[in-house]
Amino acid sequence: MAASHTRAVRNVPWRSIGKIFIVIFCVLFLTLPFIEMVKAMIADPQLLVRQLLIGLTNGAYIALIALGYTLVYGIVELINFAHGDLYMLGAFFSLTLIGTFALTPETPWLVRGPLLLVVLIATMAFTATLNMLVDRWAYRKLRGVGSRMAALISAIGISFIFQNLGLLWGYLRLPFMHGVMGSNAVAPKSFPALFPNVNLLAGTGVRFGAKDLIVVGVSVVLLAALYIFVTRTRLGKAMRATAQDRDAAALMGIDVNRTISLAFILGGALAGASGMLVGLYNGTAVFDMGFTAGLRSFTAAVLGGIGNIVGAMLGGLLIGIISAMSDQYISTKWTNAVVFGILVIILVFRPTGLLGDDTAQKA
Amino acid sequence: MKRVSILFVLMMVASLFASCGSLASVGNGSTIKIVSSLPRTGSSKGQTDSIVNAIKQRLEEANYKACDGKFTIVYEDMDDATAAAGKWDAAQEASNANKAAGDTSVMMYIGTFNSGAAKISIPILNQAGLVMISPANTYPGLTKPGKGEADEPAKYYPNGTNNYARVVPADDLQGAAAARWAQSLGAASVYVLDDTELYGKGVADVFEATAKELGLDVKAHDGIDGKAADYRALAAKIVDAAPDMVYYGGITQNNAGQLLKDIRAEGFTGKFMGPDGIYESAFIEAAGADAEGVYATFGGVPAEKLEGDAATWYANYKSKYNAEPEVYAVYGYEAANVAMNALNTVCKADRAAIQAAVMGTKDFKGILGTWSFDANGDTSLTAMSGAQVVNGKFEFVTAIK
Repeated sequence: MAASHTRAVRNVPWRSIGKIFIVIFCVLFLTLPFIEMVKAMIADPQLLVRQLLIGLTNGAYIALIALGYTLVYGIVELINFAHGDLYMLGAFFSLTLIGTFALTPETPWLVRGPLLLVVLIATMAFTATLNMLVDRWAYRKLRGVGSRMAALISAIGISFIFQNLGLLWGYLRLPFMHGVMGSNAVAPKSFPALFPNVNLLAGTGVRFGAKDLIVVGVSVVLLAALYIFVTRTRLGKAMRATAQDRDAAALMGIDVNRTISLAFILGGALAGASGMLVGLYNGTAVFDMGFTAGLRSFTAAVLGGIGNIVGAMLGGLLIGIISAMSDQYISTKWTNAVVFGILVIILVFRPTGLLGDDTAQKA
Repeated sequence: MKRVSILFVLMMVASLFASCGSLASVGNGSTIKIVSSLPRTGSSKGQTDSIVNAIKQRLEEANYKACDGKFTIVYEDMDDATAAAGKWDAAQEASNANKAAGDTSVMMYIGTFNSGAAKISIPILNQAGLVMISPANTYPGLTKPGKGEADEPAKYYPNGTNNYARVVPADDLQGAAAARWAQSLGAASVYVLDDTELYGKGVADVFEATAKELGLDVKAHDGIDGKAADYRALAAKIVDAAPDMVYYGGITQNNAGQLLKDIRAEGFTGKFMGPDGIYESAFIEAAGADAEGVYATFGGVPAEKLEGDAATWYANYKSKYNAEPEVYAVYGYEAANVAMNALNTVCKADRAAIQAAVMGTKDFKGILGTWSFDANGDTSLTAMSGAQVVNGKFEFVTAIK
């Protein structure tokens, strides 16, 4: 009798009360601003489309980085804090190669196109190798021994090492780099405008540059390739099996360590690709760009359901679009608050993220 | 055991050396130390290099002696930026100020470069009775009542006396001058942005207020996140609002280059203007080709347009350092000039007397002309200039009335 009494007390549905509270709050305080926002959207549909396209492009590269978090988390349940900084190193590496090949906006497309592809592949190989080596030297030794915190803290350490590496990279003044690092070591580095910025939708009142299309196109190809790899190939199957149950996978003859390395390699390659794309798209790389990008992408991974590949893509897209909407219809200085506010609300209703299921949340 | 005793002996020897060192600096009463605290790491380095050069230039002219050789001057160049931040850092500035306050041979604190940093060091130095001269702070609230927050500037001076002066005109002048210049450039509508820092928001607020008084159409005033990856959505919003000019109140180090690139990439073809926070080569480097045609305002007149004593200074600087001084170099020189004048007048290693002498500077014949500090510690000079990027360099355009 007493026992069931305590249970009754424990069963007060705090979570439901919290949800009801949030719903009441939203209805009371956000309905009017929301109606205003919708009115503004309808009043200028071309601007709305432009902002959606900006959100799509930003979302595409955020998704690329977010996948690195989700792949690693899905398999070893490690939040790889160094991932954002790996992306930054990707941008620096690609800029160095661009300087080495002396690519300028005047380079003819027949030369520029293939060379950019070479830069992309080399950058992806560089960040993939780096990520794999970090796993082998830093995280693997901590796996299975002691608490999961040890690996997490060393990831933060690696993040600092990478950031300082980026800082030192700015001091590189090698003669064959054609001065791409500028004269000031810690200042933002300027990329040459190698992607054309011609408006593909000229005449419609909406702007969608060729470079936007390149970013979206390359991202979609990479995302699709990754999805097919994970769902259709033997190695992908091994990855999924390791993510579900590492011990059982090992018993079935899967080389678990090699599979984990593979996750780091894939995540690293995507971060590198993203670094190069963003560098050329935004035109700038700076040694501390990894922090903001990492935070955004990690948020995207959590929003979509960490460990879930499609979830990370969806999360990236949502964050991109929400940011653009907030910049346009609320105010730039509120954008971070809006993005994280929405994250909190979604997590209250779906603690495992939009597409995450309970098995993904093994922690 | 043996190792422990060796360690012990080593420690003894080390502490002996340490105590000798401190004895020497206390024992020699005829040494006066002047320190400066400026962002020496990061992209402000170009500006601060030339300020430090100018300070050294002034001290060398005096052979590092004050009061007819009675005092030897030691100059220390402190850095208030960290590599990790890439710009000034609050903790580093506080540490510099505390270090200077605690060193009894320090009689003069030249700095800071950024107004936000001054907010931190003024109260620390105020309680230590140490005078501070800034060659570059322009946020009005640091000295002027009624121009900043309600409790400014009193909250920076906890002991009630004024220990802070600046040799540059403040932003209530600069923001207003910028708005007047914008109007004379033919801008009828403006879109105001700021970097949400003390300096940037301060100057943008004044710009906005003056622009409204002048009858310009202020489309909007937004704050930007200086760490954001891009500003494309904001840029689309600006293009949609179609202003004649975008005014950015802020510093290069809060992503001004990226902001301009994104605004241009979205197809904005109007004017872009900023305050002296972007008046440096680092901004042009960050913005690349998009920097062409950007307008910037700054206090005073550019070095190569200086006349009289200042022209002589400019020639000396160029021959000595074999480089063009950046815009604040002349203020670095003038700050050291005021400092030396006060030391020579007081002729005592007495912080309170030196502070009184600096704050009471009247009709001082400096290289910028004859000027005074008013009761708030502001210079009586009010000259403002406008410049524009031409062929990858800021060129002087006009003196703004």
